[in-house]
Amino acid sequence: MSEVLVVVEHADGTVKKVTSELLTLARTLGEPSAVWIGPGYSDAAAAVLGEFGAAKVYVAEGAQYIDHPVAPRAEVLASLVSEHSPSSVLIASSADGKETAGRLAIKINSGVITDAIGISADGIATQSVFGGSTVVHSKVIKGTPIFTVRPNSTPPVPAVTSTTRVDVTVPVSEVAMKAKVTGRTVAQKDGRPDLSEAAIVVSGGRGVGAAEGFSVIEALADSLGAAVGASRAATDAGWYPHQYQVGQTGKTVSPQLYVANGISGAIQHRAGMQTSKTIVVVNKDPEAPLFELADFGVVGDLFKVVPQVTEEIKKRA
Amino acid sequence: MKIAVCVKQVPDTWAEKKLRSDDSTLDREAADGVMNELDEYAVEEALKLQEAHGGEVTIVTMGPERAGETVRKALSMGADAAIHLVDDALHGSDALATSYAIATILAGRDFDLIFFGSESTDARMSVVPAMVAERLGVAQLTFAQKVDVDGTSVKIQRTTDYGFETVEASMPAVISVVEKINEPRYPSFKGIMAAKKKPVETLSTSDAGLEGSQLGLSAAWTVVEDFAARPPKAAGTIVTDDGDGGVKLAEFLATQKFI
Repeated sequence: MSEVLVVVEHADGTVKKVTSELLTLARTLGEPSAVWIGPGYSDAAAAVLGEFGAAKVYVAEGAQYIDHPVAPRAEVLASLVSEHSPSSVLIASSADGKETAGRLAIKINSGVITDAIGISADGIATQSVFGGSTVVHSKVIKGTPIFTVRPNSTPPVPAVTSTTRVDVTVPVSEVAMKAKVTGRTVAQKDGRPDLSEAAIVVSGGRGVGAAEGFSVIEALADSLGAAVGASRAATDAGWYPHQYQVGQTGKTVSPQLYVANGISGAIQHRAGMQTSKTIVVVNKDPEAPLFELADFGVVGDLFKVVPQVTEEIKKRA
Repeated sequence: MKIAVCVKQVPDTWAEKKLRSDDSTLDREAADGVMNELDEYAVEEALKLQEAHGGEVTIVTMGPERAGETVRKALSMGADAAIHLVDDALHGSDALATSYAIATILAGRDFDLIFFGSESTDARMSVVPAMVAERLGVAQLTFAQKVDVDGTSVKIQRTTDYGFETVEASMPAVISVVEKINEPRYPSFKGIMAAKKKPVETLSTSDAGLEGSQLGLSAAWTVVEDFAARPPKAAGTIVTDDGDGGVKLAEFLATQKFI
């Protein structure tokens, strides 16, 4: 079977969930090999990659690969592609992932498809575009196909295998070192799941009315083990930090459950959440356009409905 | 300081976007064209740097003739000059071809900084700035929420999933911006009048020295097999809160096995 390279997303040495999803998807295309770039590879990481079927893990360990944004990662991948001729390369659709894919495409003169939500065995990718209004099937016709895949697109299914570590050393070029990371500022961790990967997202918009109003949104999120999101109206007003913005100019999420509170449903917002599997809308305005997308909607004051549902969930827990 | 700002005309954010049935490309005639929203922030940041450090701001775009409206808007915000690549041969160009065309125009013009919006509202790939940096062999400073210039070095705050990184480089550099960076100005009446007299260099692909074999739909590295409108979603259950809206919502979540 042909080899499929899967780039591992990791933070603080922990493999992110999207990587298990990508390995699961890669098994339908060929034999997955994981690619770990940066410091922090461990037995625990190897165990996760093996659990989801990575027979080989290429490890390019070293700070030089992450101390310069994106460019060194593309160089490592280009080297692996030329040495091993994989049938395709899968990368998570994060900001870094998409840029890595773009630079790799130029280096290996290959086509790239971003934000796939599925890939068939014959390499045809499914994308949901224009705020989810259109489904497109497309394929790469030149070179080694490169796909970036959205988190939450493939349910991860284990297929335990033993994993062989293959160390790779790719010298980083001078050009790739021209931009240098000189500091990292971690926003206060809220202890909730990562917004782009979360199975459930609870979000608030203009109807929340003030920064303090987000406490009811957070309480509901915590009762469900969910991530918190916000509409642009809420982040522009400074009620909630920018990195939690869901929408056209923020993050695109595709959770199992999306609970929108006090969000009217501008195209700006829909584009970031329309592919969520189940959508719940709470809004006091019965004309709010987001009700069109709702599987379940409550017309009412979110400051009455949200605390009540939170209490109910706690009772049932 | 010589600054370029690459802008794109896109269908109005509020318009329904669709693909053409004949060649599966975006139907650009079906809606009004506007400057891609994030590109306005890129123009604004370039103008602010010019105000602080001097120099010249040049707008660069590729697209059909009507993309000239977007060029005029950027000029009326205050940019000094523009380059517009317009040629039927560009129709259907994908990200690889677009980055090739833009990088070719920019190469040899000695820009110190090259600005982009971090994403277009139509294609939403977010790859062209990184691809242009790759092709030009210059530093990539993307997803900037803050830009500081000091002599010949430039420092940005790059937004990440966990917060932000500080990234530094010597010029030249490619910078893409997120909307947190500033508040774009509206063109003034004076600006709109002045824009009419500003120079716009219109280039064909051969003027720009581009190889036709690398451009357009026929050269694309990817092909659309088919597309379809997403089937309309079945109408959901909408209840009005009579004091038990939260309870009903909890019941729904229970039947869906979320709780």
